[in-house]
Amino acid sequence: MRGADYVIKRVGFAIVTVFVAVTINFALFRLAPGSAITDLSRVPHATPELRLALKKQFGLDKSKGEQYVIYLGQLARGNLGVSFANEQPVWSNLRTALVNTLPMVFLGTIFSIVIGTLTGVIAAWRRGTPVEAATVTTALGFYSMPTHWLGLMLVIIFAGVLPTGGMTNEFLLNPSFWTHVKDLASHIALPSLTLGLVLYGEYTLIVRSAMLETLGEDYILTARAKGLRPWRIVRQHALRNAMLPIVTLIALSLGYIVAGAILIETVFSWPGIGRAVYEAVLQRDYPMLQGAFLLLTISVVFFNLVADLLYFKLDPRITE
Amino acid sequence: MSEVAVEAAAARGGVMWSTIRRQPSATIGATVLVVIAVAAILAPWIAPYGVHTQVGPVFGQPSWSHPLGLDDGGIDMVTLLMWGARISLVVGFAATLVSMAIGGSVGVLAGYFGGRTDTVLMRITDYFIVIPDVPLMIVVAAIWGPSLFHIVIVIGILLWTGTARVLRAQVKSVRERVYVKRARALGAGHTRIILRHVLPQVAPLLIANTVLTVAVAIFDETALSFLGLGDPSRTSLGKVIENAFQRAAISSGAWWAIVPPGALVALIILACSLVGGALEDSLNPRLRVAHLSARTFRLRPLVGRGDAL
Repeated sequence: MRGADYVIKRVGFAIVTVFVAVTINFALFRLAPGSAITDLSRVPHATPELRLALKKQFGLDKSKGEQYVIYLGQLARGNLGVSFANEQPVWSNLRTALVNTLPMVFLGTIFSIVIGTLTGVIAAWRRGTPVEAATVTTALGFYSMPTHWLGLMLVIIFAGVLPTGGMTNEFLLNPSFWTHVKDLASHIALPSLTLGLVLYGEYTLIVRSAMLETLGEDYILTARAKGLRPWRIVRQHALRNAMLPIVTLIALSLGYIVAGAILIETVFSWPGIGRAVYEAVLQRDYPMLQGAFLLLTISVVFFNLVADLLYFKLDPRITE
Repeated sequence: MSEVAVEAAAARGGVMWSTIRRQPSATIGATVLVVIAVAAILAPWIAPYGVHTQVGPVFGQPSWSHPLGLDDGGIDMVTLLMWGARISLVVGFAATLVSMAIGGSVGVLAGYFGGRTDTVLMRITDYFIVIPDVPLMIVVAAIWGPSLFHIVIVIGILLWTGTARVLRAQVKSVRERVYVKRARALGAGHTRIILRHVLPQVAPLLIANTVLTVAVAIFDETALSFLGLGDPSRTSLGKVIENAFQRAAISSGAWWAIVPPGALVALIILACSLVGGALEDSLNPRLRVAHLSARTFRLRPLVGRGDAL
């Protein structure tokens, strides 16, 4: 029964966190200097009537408490407001952007998990050798680079070979299916690679630490004493036990990856959620910014929950 | 302070120095940090040119008199890097100071008092951990308007969670030690026990954490600057990268305007990670015992976190 308790507790925490985030979200934007009105009524000859009409339109004539209740009610119905910039519903803007972000982020993450696990395992297994030093130094190097700068370096290196901006070649008119796929693949390569390289450094360090820990355990010594082949020890004895911290940390980091895409998408003009945030900042499009922030927070909370539940699934001893 | 306490303090200081001396990676990291810091501090006196003076053509090529070339305003890149590092380090340390003050207080109070205080403080920490820093920083910086002070406060308010957790665990164990109990039996107040007995014990860990947080803070400042949320009147390294990007340094073929500032940021972050990591490894006893080890993996600031577990 304690297991059910744990799950309920974690889910409850996630729900409360989302609620806290929603409240912060509301408060932050009401604290903003000026309002939509001061901006929108900056047209020449703006009359007090126009001001009042705008105030009414955006619901700013009501008290803060009323506004909060209305905000919650609208959120519950999935209404995130209307973007100042293109007057489309924020949610439909965000959905389009998210659909573009996910494949890019997904490819990069897969790349980093595969390469990171591999180099992490090698580094731990070859502890104290130049192989370890080389892998760890490389990983630390990528880990230290500013994300957007790494992206710019790739632009310099691959300029002319791969497209460095946008998602499709706009000059391709009615391309055949395969040309279109090839075009997309070439455009997705650099942003995904940037994300992959940045995360690869981090995952290598995580996997190495986790592996070093399990490799120090007595059962590994036993396995060695039994004369098992190294590969088998790594795969069946060490890696399985190291999976616990690795899986949870990766699940945790997934939530932040979408947030991290802001920098990458800005560099490569990738029309995703990060780019939407960047443009919302430039245009002071508060509803978009608010919606995007909420979406990003929910994604982090969600992956946190996934990490908690995975942790529990992988190690049933955990109940606290 | 009694003689024993003085000796103990010296021994703790000794641990830090010997860690830095013994571990080659930490030695390299510390040396790099010192060199960069000295160059940054002395920038007004030793920089070869003025930071606002145009000394040649736009994106002038590297030459003997300008080893790293000129930027989009014809300003010497070496000079710009020294001044940029100055601002970046100031932001990094100031933000870290804010985050240490918050994280240190929360961690010490939660660990020392335990019970209700602990539950409430740690619950608050849990919420702060989940909020994605970078987006929130963007939102706050966008709303408040770009200024160095805002950036410092925003980064500081969001980076303290890792420190609070690490310190709490350590204080919890210090609190149970015999000398603390004795001090309490002798009638020492909470303030005195915390300042005299607990804080000195956890100080080295706090310092290790500081070094790691500086790296995250500098990274975050670079990211905010890149998104156009940096202080327009102060040239940090992040601002130098942003300027070069916005003024099309890449399509002009002026790699020297964009490669060095980012490499310098990477170097500072790398050096901080090496020093901080080595210190933390040698100071945090939990990291040395395999089966107790709850290693605080530092997730990358790309993803906006200083810590994950």
